[in-house]
Amino acid sequence: MTSVGLLGAAASGGDLFVAQNVFFGVIAVVMIVSAIRCVTTRNVVHAALWLVLVLAGAAAQFILLGSEFVAVTQVLVYIGAIIVLFLFGIMLTTASMGDDDSVGGEKRLMAGLVAVLLGVVMGIALIDSYSDTRVVIDEPQRFGAVSDAIFSQYIVAFEAVSVLLLAALIGAIVVARKE
Amino acid sequence: MILNQFLLLAAILFCIGVYGVLARRNGIMVLMSVEIILNSVNINLVAFGAFRDHVAGEVFALFVIAVAAAEVGIGLAIVLLIYRNRRSIDLTEADLLKG
Repeated sequence: MTSVGLLGAAASGGDLFVAQNVFFGVIAVVMIVSAIRCVTTRNVVHAALWLVLVLAGAAAQFILLGSEFVAVTQVLVYIGAIIVLFLFGIMLTTASMGDDDSVGGEKRLMAGLVAVLLGVVMGIALIDSYSDTRVVIDEPQRFGAVSDAIFSQYIVAFEAVSVLLLAALIGAIVVARKE
Repeated sequence: MILNQFLLLAAILFCIGVYGVLARRNGIMVLMSVEIILNSVNINLVAFGAFRDHVAGEVFALFVIAVAAAEVGIGLAIVLLIYRNRRSIDLTEADLLKG
């Protein structure tokens, strides 16, 4: 089914995608290094700032995939709101602004083992299934198509998510309130 | 672009997030690792949406972002409550339900 598009991409746009691949590689390396630093660094504030790099890299990948609406939402919601929430949480719960001496211990070895094993299994499965599948992005997804889908086909899920957000807001206030 | 490059990046990020959830004992660090996991899932969803040329991937990525926002709000409230009661957010000490 995709063989025609694949051949077309290979014939006409084979080197058209070089720039995209270079950008993908650079952003992917930045994301992976930042994610590793985020889960291993001792200082919790630094971890939150490394997390910003991971989230911004994900937004850049969304733009590479042609879905700019998700990228904008990612920047607004994650980098704009969730990171601020994390920083407030760190300030409210950590006395000396960050140092976390709980890194390491005996759990680190097992956790690393589980992560590497999971990575090997998923990598083998992905390479086995999708090794020669190409993504051809002719034009970016327009805002209109996405919002049409949200407000027609997925309207029930959309309403459920809005009720969920309201419930989470009220729940957070009730849980964190002083007596 | 090959679809697999996005999927493999998402898999690597997922594994890093799993490592963080398992290895860290600080409650806030566990929540941050969960955010990394959710982001890797979003990359998968958008990549498959672009591959199929269908908006469903993006729509579900947006839903995942909304649910993640709710999750962080509740999670940080719970961590705050644990800190207020025990003066520590070490999750290995939060074992009141253990018999």
